[in-house]
Amino acid sequence: MGNPKNPYDRHPFFEQIGQLWRNKTAIIGLVIITIFFLVAIFAPLLSPHDPVETSLYDQLKPPVWHETGTWKNILGTDELGRDTLSRIIYGARVSLTVAVVSVGIAFTLGTLLGCISGYYKGFWDSLIMRIMDMILAFPYLLLAIVVVAYLGPSLENAMMAIGITYVPRFARIVRGSVLEECEKDYVMAARAVGARDWRIIFIGILPNCLGPLIVQTTLSMASAILDAAALSFLGLGAQPPTPEWGGMIARSRALILRASWVMTFPGIAILMAVLGFNLLGDGLRDALDPRLRD
Amino acid sequence: MLAYILRRIMIMIPTLLGVTVIVFLMLHATPGDPAELLLGERATTESLEQLREHLGLNKPLHVQYGLFLSRLLKGDLGETIWTRQKVWTEVKQRFPATIELSLVALFISCFAGMILGIISATKQYSLFDYASMIGALAGVSMPIFWLGLVFMLIFSLNLGWLPLSGRLSISVDLEVITNFYILDAILTGNWPAFKDAVWHIIMPAVTLSTIPTAIVARMTRSAMLDVLRQDYIKTAKAKGLSQLKVIFKHALRNAMIPVVTTIGLQFGVLLGGAILTETIFAWPGVGKWMYDAVMQRDYMVIQGGTLFIAGLFVVINLLVDLLYAVINPRISIQ
Repeated sequence: MGNPKNPYDRHPFFEQIGQLWRNKTAIIGLVIITIFFLVAIFAPLLSPHDPVETSLYDQLKPPVWHETGTWKNILGTDELGRDTLSRIIYGARVSLTVAVVSVGIAFTLGTLLGCISGYYKGFWDSLIMRIMDMILAFPYLLLAIVVVAYLGPSLENAMMAIGITYVPRFARIVRGSVLEECEKDYVMAARAVGARDWRIIFIGILPNCLGPLIVQTTLSMASAILDAAALSFLGLGAQPPTPEWGGMIARSRALILRASWVMTFPGIAILMAVLGFNLLGDGLRDALDPRLRD
Repeated sequence: MLAYILRRIMIMIPTLLGVTVIVFLMLHATPGDPAELLLGERATTESLEQLREHLGLNKPLHVQYGLFLSRLLKGDLGETIWTRQKVWTEVKQRFPATIELSLVALFISCFAGMILGIISATKQYSLFDYASMIGALAGVSMPIFWLGLVFMLIFSLNLGWLPLSGRLSISVDLEVITNFYILDAILTGNWPAFKDAVWHIIMPAVTLSTIPTAIVARMTRSAMLDVLRQDYIKTAKAKGLSQLKVIFKHALRNAMIPVVTTIGLQFGVLLGGAILTETIFAWPGVGKWMYDAVMQRDYMVIQGGTLFIAGLFVVINLLVDLLYAVINPRISIQ
């Protein structure tokens, strides 16, 4: 990525890693996320029961600390006798997959469009940015709901819909950074020696925009989990019997008086997972991108 | 200033057109016959043919879009599948409920968020500061559809303090004028209905305000901290002004500029969140109506509701931009 201006400068990357280690919020967030990822990976080993297996004799069992609770179903069971704890453990797989896939879509598309916009400017820039404005003209969640309503409710469509609605965030950040970097001498030097455009963009410019991109990716994962749970709650995301936290809450609405635990624990799971990504995102922002601090 | 307003309105027009293009294309990107999609499975061949003629479905796509736009400009959003009502009539009936809920939620989040933020900033690193910032972070991470159910369980089913759902108790009579129930109750001097309407709106509004409150609190805190570090605040303190005067007369005014932008951005969160909140609390607004339409696959309603909410959102954003220019005159000069 060209020669640094001052040979005595340590690469800022190391500086930032050091700052990240000193940042308590980031570390707490990282720990929470790591736990969720481990739970998701080792779900078959950790969950005491099959998450979709119904059991006629174990319907609506309360959690273990209730008078009638048993150790067999630590967090109780739902109206079909399925073990809540096992469903929450498997639900981590669904939610993290949604986060990674939908943010992956947004990251890839957004970065590409942002690069084209910022590097080539002119017509393509105006066209791409106007399309981004159109997407941003829809309030939060509405576009995703509408896209899924047309495409049909499923987890795949929900991931795609969330991915599309997040593209502008990434495109705008990358475009801004690329515009800024293009003014710098190293880009001109690279052009002068005849480097191809894609090489200048991906090897020269893009690594210098990584900070804000990483922050946006982490914070977007938090909102992707939240939005996917909301879509599933509305019946537009994961379909039964998939163990999904939002879907679990939706079905427990009818049981709210008889068995409040069926509703309580999936909500706490969502809150903790989203909180983990938000904590890490906040910490990363402080470490990597002081300009964005709020 | 006038030039700035005009320029902003000119920028709004392509965005609004873009919204109509997206909504128009979505119907055509969906697999299947658009006419059948719009009229539902029970439609007769005759009515299907009639609709195809009306929408110009046999014509090229750009002609269809032109027809779509001209119908839109005449206020024709089509008819709903199930109730056979004009979509526009139903929107007009329902949107006061949504606006009422959103405005109360916005008021709560401005008030609570700014107070939390100001106290946190003036007592930085105190216990209150830590507690409210942890609370704000939890608020940003909150699945509000779950929080709403938890509120229902605690305050309505267990404690019996607040009504479970709806806008007004069945036993309460209210002469509807504007369809904003709280306003109607005040206009007609109907105090029992006023109290009932306020009681009904508390839980949904607090639920809806959770995320905006947290965002406003965080923004107010950091904006206040920025301002409090500046020299003129030191000067004001050195002059011997009271703490309250320094904060409210000197610091807050400058800290407000980024906070107002943040508050403006919250309308999107509120309008989207309204779909979730209204569904949970059976609040008869545009959000619940859209949710029902999605469940019943009433694409005319989905189309009309989406256009309405997105259009409203674009206009609100314009108003926020203009308000921002009034507060911060540097903007309009640039």
